[in-house]
Amino acid sequence: MAEINTAVYDVIVVGAGGAGLRAAIEAHAAGAKTAVICKSLLGKAHTVMAEGGIAAALGNVWKEDNWKIHFRDTMRGGKLLGNWRMAQLHAQEAPDRVLELEEWGALFDRTKDGLILQRDFGGHRYARLAHVGDRTGLEMIRTLQDHAVAQGIDVFMECTVRHLLTDGGRVAGAIGYWRQSGALVLFRAKAVVLATGGVGKAWKVTSNSWEYTGDGMAMALEAGADLIDMEMTQFHPTGMIWPPSVRGLLVTEGVRGDGGTLRNASGERFMFKYIPAFFRGDTADNEAEADRWYEDKRNNRRTPDLLPRDEVARAINTEVKAGRGTEHGGVFLDIATRRPADYIKRRLPSMYHQFKELADVDITKEQMEIGPTLHYIMGGIRVDPDTAAATVPGLYAAGEVAAGMHGANRLGGNSLSDLLVFGRRAGQAAAEYAKGATAGRIDDAQADAFAKRLTEPFERQGDENPYAIHEELQNAMQDLVGIIRRREELEEALAHLERLRARVARVHVTGTRRYNPGWHLALDLENLIGISEVVARSALMRTESRGGHTREDFPKADPEWGMKNVVSRRRDGRLVLSTEPIPQPPADLRELIGEDKPQEKVATGEPAIIGGKE
Amino acid sequence: MTTEAPRTATEVRMKIWRGEGSGGEHVEYVVPLDPGMVVLDVVHRIQATHAPDLAVRWNCKAGKCGSCSAEVNGAPKLMCMTRMNEFAPGEEITISPVRTFPLIKDLVSDVSFNYEKAKTIPPFKPKPKDADGKRRMYQEDVDRVQEFHKCIECFLCQDVCHVIRDHEENKQSFSGPRFFVRLAALEMHPLDANDRLDLIRAKHGLGFCNITKCCTEVCPEDIHITDNAIIPLKERVVTAHYDPIAWALRRMRGKREDFAPPQPKPPSA
Repeated sequence: MAEINTAVYDVIVVGAGGAGLRAAIEAHAAGAKTAVICKSLLGKAHTVMAEGGIAAALGNVWKEDNWKIHFRDTMRGGKLLGNWRMAQLHAQEAPDRVLELEEWGALFDRTKDGLILQRDFGGHRYARLAHVGDRTGLEMIRTLQDHAVAQGIDVFMECTVRHLLTDGGRVAGAIGYWRQSGALVLFRAKAVVLATGGVGKAWKVTSNSWEYTGDGMAMALEAGADLIDMEMTQFHPTGMIWPPSVRGLLVTEGVRGDGGTLRNASGERFMFKYIPAFFRGDTADNEAEADRWYEDKRNNRRTPDLLPRDEVARAINTEVKAGRGTEHGGVFLDIATRRPADYIKRRLPSMYHQFKELADVDITKEQMEIGPTLHYIMGGIRVDPDTAAATVPGLYAAGEVAAGMHGANRLGGNSLSDLLVFGRRAGQAAAEYAKGATAGRIDDAQADAFAKRLTEPFERQGDENPYAIHEELQNAMQDLVGIIRRREELEEALAHLERLRARVARVHVTGTRRYNPGWHLALDLENLIGISEVVARSALMRTESRGGHTREDFPKADPEWGMKNVVSRRRDGRLVLSTEPIPQPPADLRELIGEDKPQEKVATGEPAIIGGKE
Repeated sequence: MTTEAPRTATEVRMKIWRGEGSGGEHVEYVVPLDPGMVVLDVVHRIQATHAPDLAVRWNCKAGKCGSCSAEVNGAPKLMCMTRMNEFAPGEEITISPVRTFPLIKDLVSDVSFNYEKAKTIPPFKPKPKDADGKRRMYQEDVDRVQEFHKCIECFLCQDVCHVIRDHEENKQSFSGPRFFVRLAALEMHPLDANDRLDLIRAKHGLGFCNITKCCTEVCPEDIHITDNAIIPLKERVVTAHYDPIAWALRRMRGKREDFAPPQPKPPSA
């Protein structure tokens, strides 16, 4: 085997966002020799951008709140496609995980009596999100980062892990490269925790950073693990849309949680027209009740501005397609006329700053222009609910890269809590597994083959530009695998992806291996295209509309499909898709979800709202 | 090295530092300009169309992660929050890497100094909980610490601090404004029970700072680094070490002088 520097650990954690750091802290505390490896500098992972808060039924603001209601909200918000056990563990453990952050120095906003303040968010019955203004993710990642550093956990910064190494079907390590020097690096590890986030950079309009290239999903797939529900992508309803350079940038749901409302170009609060039957019992059908709800949740139903994200994103899409959109093709988000300026600046300081600096809009005086932006993927690596173990021995996954927790649609605020709850569980289980395992053998032939693939873009002939291919990929996914999907377009997307894949093979990278973003992108494109294909094929397979997956040609939810996961795996070098039944909750939890026949209720009423395509 | 001049008002001419280690030069590029663009957008466009191996750090593109720090016409800034319409049409725009840290390549510097300093800070240590097992803090008490927690670790304050910018030899014994903010956040945390005052003076070199406020001026988060973090820390250190009553109390409580006093080299600037 070629000479590659090798590091040896019990547990390596790939990714240093909330899930990765929390996993590393736990694995280290359990006595495992642990390292965190991240593509960026420490503290810059996507968690830093989370704004609104961490959902946890602390009961500090509404004492009626408890894990059972949080569980109910999560399962219903996910259109019953979620894994009940994950939703249960999440709802039960989130409060402890938030309080633990406080033990490590986090400073959340406070209630009048000195406890952690909680704010309203979409799909949550009670004000439930622990937060710090609108920069909760920064508080969370810095707290975890400082705690991890204080524990002496090894961190490999600006180091990209690209392939998992396997030994007879179990994980033996990983191989990647240092971004700074371009040198390859090999990790021998008994267990690997993937915490690499999503694949948002496959779309043009996205809130995600360059890091979100589907690495964890691609590596897991390659190593033989299952992915599920990859068609379930979340378009966050409120992204910035103007000027073009900021298109997609996130505008926190906290704007609506704190009193903001959506309006179309003629000033109408249009969300009242889009309340689906499934949520009618929880949702106000008139403006007066909706406005009273912020102060009095006992006697009023929630404003439809805070319906789950999939509903709001589709409604915005419909308004715009119907010609009721704004100049730049979005709708208005108004908090200026609804809350005093000093309140807005105190609660939403970074939104104020972001619009003022980047769009010349003063949100205390003017409406924001917003539209949907690809934000999150509910699908990902199939995991055991209790241990976060993937279907390959020694492999674990937590956070956005894992699937099941959020079903067909994630509620706002449930991501940060997911990272903490399942990050901890993954770290715990990985350390436990490592204790009882011997190190896997490194297959030199496999390592050599991966090493060759990593440096290949320098050797190849061809004149393709990786940046141009990336732009075409983003346009294709945006146009053909967007909010509203149909068969012909998904098939067209797949054909397009094949052409792009062939072009990637003709990318020739210029320059040296030292900090060369063209090279990095050439490698990332393989993951982006590979995972885009899984998304498109899963979307083609699921012939219904549910949560983050809306089919124009199958506009209704189908109770049969509501009991099935779409499973993707690689066998004999080919991507194979199938469906498998979703574990159904025990009777006591089914009762919490409510409705006699909830699957039928999701499917009844009006068809999914579809605005049609241009 | 020069390419052509901008042909229309919708084009921009930008000079970007290209080079590895100690060698390099500013290279000029011309690319089209779209409405609302920030400096980072232009850098990305240059990367996509002219210089695929141009090294630049970035993540959030929204002023939240602090990755894309650079010197824009000599001023330390986040490239993602610097609008192109801040420049006069035809104005020459020059982008250089932050200069206080060693260059890796192009616009990327080796900022590991900061991550090494972070390891030397004694962590948060919570006081006991209230009798009912809860922790109570009041908003008015956390406000000032939350200001410090806004820090996005862009290290622009470190870049501009002349104690280390112009004096490599001071890096050993001076941690810089970012870490005074961090230390102030810990010291003023309502629940923290750790004592770091000796360290702040002896190991982190607070005495080197002569309050020129350069750090405060460049902070993209508008943290009042000098007034709210550094000066109060200096006052606490003075009280702890030079107020005889406070000194005696600390002795009685068992706090020890673990570090020799620093020998600061006063900055020449």
